[in-house]
Amino acid sequence: MADHKRIDEVTGTSTSGHEWDGIEELDTPMPRWWLWSLYATIVWGIAYVILYPAWPMVHGATEGVLGWTSRGQLEAEMRADAARRAPVMNAIAATPIADLPAKPELMQAAVQGGAAAFRVHCVQCHGAGGAGVKTLYPSLTDDDWLWGGDLATIDYTITHGIRNPDHKETRTSLMPAFGRDGILNAAQISDVVSFVRTISRQEKPGASSARGATLFADNCAVCHGAGGEGGRQVGAAKLTDAVWLYGGDRASLTATITQPRNGVMPRWGERLDPVTIKMLAAYVYSLGGGEKPAPAPEGPKADGKP
Amino acid sequence: MDDHERERGSDAEQGFATMDDLVLKAGGWLGLALVALVFAALAVDTPFAVHMIIIAITCMIALWFRVSRADYAGMARGLLKMPADQGAYDDDPVRWGVIATIFWGVAGLAVGLYIALQLAFPALNLEIEYTSFGRLRPLHTSAVVFAFGGNALIATSFYVVQRTCRARLAFPGAARFVFWGYQLFLVLAATGYLMGVTGAREYAEPEWYVDLWLTIVWIVYFVVFVGTIVKRREPHIYVANWFYLSFIVTIAMLHIVNNLAVPATIFGSKSYSAFAGVQDALTQWWYGHNAVAFFLTVPFLAMMYYFVPKQAERPIYSYRLSILHFWSLIFLYIWAGPHHLHYTALPDWAQTLGMVFSVVLWMPSWGGMINGLMTLNGAWDKIRTDPIIRMMVVALAFYGMATFEGPMLSVKAFNSLSHYTEWTIAHVHAGALGWNGMITFAAVYYLVPRLWGRPRLYSLRMVNWHFWLATLGIVFYAASMWVAGIMQGLMWREYGADGYLVYSFAETVAAMHPMYLIRAAGGAMYLAGFLLLVFNVWATLAGRVREEKPMTETPHNAAADRPLAPVPAE
Repeated sequence: MADHKRIDEVTGTSTSGHEWDGIEELDTPMPRWWLWSLYATIVWGIAYVILYPAWPMVHGATEGVLGWTSRGQLEAEMRADAARRAPVMNAIAATPIADLPAKPELMQAAVQGGAAAFRVHCVQCHGAGGAGVKTLYPSLTDDDWLWGGDLATIDYTITHGIRNPDHKETRTSLMPAFGRDGILNAAQISDVVSFVRTISRQEKPGASSARGATLFADNCAVCHGAGGEGGRQVGAAKLTDAVWLYGGDRASLTATITQPRNGVMPRWGERLDPVTIKMLAAYVYSLGGGEKPAPAPEGPKADGKP
Repeated sequence: MDDHERERGSDAEQGFATMDDLVLKAGGWLGLALVALVFAALAVDTPFAVHMIIIAITCMIALWFRVSRADYAGMARGLLKMPADQGAYDDDPVRWGVIATIFWGVAGLAVGLYIALQLAFPALNLEIEYTSFGRLRPLHTSAVVFAFGGNALIATSFYVVQRTCRARLAFPGAARFVFWGYQLFLVLAATGYLMGVTGAREYAEPEWYVDLWLTIVWIVYFVVFVGTIVKRREPHIYVANWFYLSFIVTIAMLHIVNNLAVPATIFGSKSYSAFAGVQDALTQWWYGHNAVAFFLTVPFLAMMYYFVPKQAERPIYSYRLSILHFWSLIFLYIWAGPHHLHYTALPDWAQTLGMVFSVVLWMPSWGGMINGLMTLNGAWDKIRTDPIIRMMVVALAFYGMATFEGPMLSVKAFNSLSHYTEWTIAHVHAGALGWNGMITFAAVYYLVPRLWGRPRLYSLRMVNWHFWLATLGIVFYAASMWVAGIMQGLMWREYGADGYLVYSFAETVAAMHPMYLIRAAGGAMYLAGFLLLVFNVWATLAGRVREEKPMTETPHNAAADRPLAPVPAE
């Protein structure tokens, strides 16, 4: 069957003379454009491997005459962008955080930068826009602050985190597990819940809340304040408003008093530079609940002065 | 020729079929079943036990077939069996392969549609581990690539190699083992994914014992294929067989190297890769890219080289082109894997080589498209009249598109935008749905009437509907994913004038929702077209022929077919 060449009528081309199951092959020359394109890509390939790192050697590889490396390219791009942003970044770095609001342009730049960093690092817990997640992570858009809502305080909280056991400067406190550890029995917890719901105006006072008032004064007031107004030194929540991180109904309050959550936030001082944290603070501050600095410095310098 | 004769013929080729022989083989299956049951009893994890029980059941079925279908009368007489009818092709494994292709095709496409909907509506994960995206995704990829594509390749390779060698399959018993052994591999892989068994290597997720089984099956496949080529009655080896052979050889090498691993225990399903870190990543992508090359490109070109000239009834366009593009394709493809690891810990030099080899690969890939399309020289009118030719042409067009897009995306500048985005999904589906799917459908439509001895398909017009549904489905799918991918890439890298990222990751996910819906619609159309194929093939097998207007008629108005009469001057 093989080896009888013939001219194909339609194309006028010779066949190769082979035949399989009725299939023949034409002996058409390779299309010129195809061949030249193949040569062109080969020439380009040779040029490219001369210009760029390409051939593995015993130690390392050829570096290419351009001296290009992907790490070098990244560094150059990052350097160029850092240089472009340097004036604003340096200005923010040089300005004490409490003075930022006095410089509206700088403040705006900081809020923008903080928003970008927030989208990357914070939305996972605090949600897009900082609205928080009910019963898990606090909202940052209201004026109900656990640890304080002025710029310097927010900055400190972000830098050192909350309840990081291996970090000395971290914000920390530990609400006792009143129920689990048997400090209060179930009836007593129920009374405290009644009292808390009374001061938050969810229930009318009664015998239970009256008993709860005494228990509250003995066990809770030291952190949450005599009237339940909260204590920011220890991140103790305000109990007199309608904002509840872990829920304000009887069941949720009972659960919280029985075994508190004692929520944790990472310290970002380890991962982010101080300017980014400053900008994050400015952004969180700008979300709606930002507060003026406390009139008298308390914390570190508290030495009895009014 | 009835089944009985055929069976006897295949036994005879292996020599004497005696009672001793039967006892030995039946005993072998029984022994294997018992070993599998012992492994099941000693298993340290449930999926491994389930798999060993599946293997034991398979061995018992093989035993039952061996015993119930033996030719006892012939043995009693101690006859030397007649050799198989060398004047007829051995098409049983091809017939089974075509049916398996269709079965797995429905499964793979349906799971694909389901997980596409999961991406648009995550609630469809149903909060059940067995239906979660992470387990169904490898089920989808393996079902379409290895089950649908693999069965099509094994079936067509057995069909093509016999006809182009003018010789009956060598080792018919081994050919049957390849078919059923491959189905066992597929069942173990698919059930493993659902139970959470994974080697965590993309497109090679089955665990060590399933990999070992596939290795055995594959080597037998190689022996059958090469054996048939060796006994050929033609002086030359047809180009389709070069492509099939390079597929079988290279897939064996890729499969073995990529899956080198140490089992945590031989009674459990967990194993650990022999490679670590960036070496492991490069091994995986050397395999992953060449799965695309030597599973989804090279052997499908083999299908093209047989079925296109047969259906078009034209000679192959250029013998020289087929030689040059075959050797350049297989030489270059094997180096292109590192382009999957641009801008990673992979050293720059390896990235460069991956990119350069990918770009030079462009023309060798197109050689196959040119040879396929230009084979229609002198038969272009068939595009209008023959829906099967139409499928082949669209398959080749998508092949050309995907093999241009591939080198382009391997260029670092494009890759920095496209990588990790839906653009990659658009690229692989243009190739898989357009090229692999369409050429397989065309081959199935070609084969079914011939394999089952029917005058023609039940309905050619239904093939035409399938063609349009599939083509439109691909267009919806690929276009939506191109838009989604480029949008996603641009959003990820969007910096504001102040130098900060504009979008969070979640915002890019939300922005893609409408594109996910369009993609699912495209996938649904493609699946609907495939269901037409299922019905068409079933009706053809049932012996039905639909009364319909042929597609070949072009209307001819004889009355109008004349010159205008000259108008006399005034």
